[in-house]
Amino acid sequence: MHPLLNFAHDVLPFTKNWPDWILYGSLVFIVAFGILNTLVAPLTGISTYIERRLAGRAQYRWGPNRVGFRSMLDALPITRGIAKLGDMQPFKFIGSKIPGGLLQFAADGLKLFTKEDIIPAQADQLLFRGAPYVILAGSFAAFAVLPVSFHFRAVNLNIGIFYILGISSIVVPGILMAGWGSANKWALLGGMRAAAQIISYEIPVAIALMTAVMLAGTMNMADIVETQRSGYGMEKAGMLGWYAFRYGGLMLVPFVIYFIGGCAEVNRTPFDLVEGESELVAGYHTEYSGFRWSFFFMAEYSNMFAVGAIATTMFLGGPLPPYPVQFTESLFGPMGNLGMVLRFGEGFFWFFAKSYFFVLLMIHMRWTLPRYRIDQMMHLCWKVLIPIGLVWFVLMCGVKMVRMEMALPPEKDAVAEVHK
Amino acid sequence: MRYDYVGVLIYMVLAVGFVLIGMTAQKYVSKFLRTNKPNAEKLSPYECGEEPVGGTSIRFNIRFYVMALVFIVFDVEVVLLFPWARVFTELYPFYRMALFWDMLIFVGILSLGLAYIWGKGDLEWVKSFRKHLSPAEQVARKPSKKEAA
Repeated sequence: MHPLLNFAHDVLPFTKNWPDWILYGSLVFIVAFGILNTLVAPLTGISTYIERRLAGRAQYRWGPNRVGFRSMLDALPITRGIAKLGDMQPFKFIGSKIPGGLLQFAADGLKLFTKEDIIPAQADQLLFRGAPYVILAGSFAAFAVLPVSFHFRAVNLNIGIFYILGISSIVVPGILMAGWGSANKWALLGGMRAAAQIISYEIPVAIALMTAVMLAGTMNMADIVETQRSGYGMEKAGMLGWYAFRYGGLMLVPFVIYFIGGCAEVNRTPFDLVEGESELVAGYHTEYSGFRWSFFFMAEYSNMFAVGAIATTMFLGGPLPPYPVQFTESLFGPMGNLGMVLRFGEGFFWFFAKSYFFVLLMIHMRWTLPRYRIDQMMHLCWKVLIPIGLVWFVLMCGVKMVRMEMALPPEKDAVAEVHK
Repeated sequence: MRYDYVGVLIYMVLAVGFVLIGMTAQKYVSKFLRTNKPNAEKLSPYECGEEPVGGTSIRFNIRFYVMALVFIVFDVEVVLLFPWARVFTELYPFYRMALFWDMLIFVGILSLGLAYIWGKGDLEWVKSFRKHLSPAEQVARKPSKKEAA
């Protein structure tokens, strides 16, 4: 039985009569809709705000600091009074704390909405119009199996991580569609580079994830999280149980390989030669404008979050907190549904904090590092990351084998066990 | 569970629907908010303000093609190794070292392939053809100091 169904039967008893698949379909729809609207879309907006603020700090300037709640209040005579109230003494500490520029992304979205929608005359209509659908479907479908909290994921696939590797590759044909369909040389070159880069870096990424799968012995995302509860001989190891810190830090290498490869897969600096503005204008989305363009942007930011979320799940324990015993663990049974909500909150907090840490890291990297050349990038992938990844995979197999050998009874008994 | 992939389908339908709603809104709602005056210059391919030269069916670097070929080989490796990684800890008590050797032979063959491509120089983005020239041609085409630098 799916935990989601149990929960629904518990909270809404009348759903017990519904056929499983209708209930399941509607629940997944609600969850997916919730994730799309609470995570992906606003996250894109907030991330752009944070990125521009950090860019401002890195370059010793302000960044967006005007369009905020204050300017919204100032817009109308009635609400301007409320804003003035915020300036007065007892409320001043609130009024001065609301950051300006927080609503810049909403203003930008509105602006994009009013932009002229230009499709080049020579463009391939089907490919040009179809590309945003393919790209967003690929990047959003990866969210389906992420274990956002304990006992909670929308879709419980037993091949979770394998599915993510497969479905996120759908982005590549989307980018090629955009690049080829634009009938623009910059776009074509950008699309080609993007395809070469993404498929090349998929291999070190997959090898690094494979190492974690080998240790966990399962591809189900939630089960991988469960295996990270214990470690170093402790039942509840907290932070030490996470795969990045297991085996005396040996797993840090696949973890770093995954993160480098992940950055390259979402085309972030230092690997953003796909859309290197000094050479290719804007790469594969050169010809896109207005609202159509914003989907590429949304896909980029949701992909960034997805990379962070996968790194969190596979190497940093997903929703598991760094301290050994969760606060809400004991509340789960006795407090009923409230306990369940609290437990969801604790898991979600840690999952989100850890995943967003990677997004912040990528933003900082973008404003710190210069861009790679394409030959350097290919060198890094094929001659550095893949050999190290393969050697490390074999090494970790050896380590795991030695550990299992020590834990097993002598070979005779094992054979006898099989033939019993 | 049987309906798991229904969930995946719902996710993809939602993503497509999200774009569809956005584009429909763009088409019908923002029509009243935006200008729409296409002309020949606006609809021509963007080439930094210059007149576009030639079509876009240009030749691109053969490297992209080689990369794709090499990628396919290694992606097949990943696809075949993933199930192995999944069952390794489960089957180890029964098959012991045999499991490990299986994987090692498989990875070894592929590493040989990688070493071969590496040695051939196909992993370089700018492949040098100097060694394919005859000695006389090599002398004739000896790069000047300025070129070599």
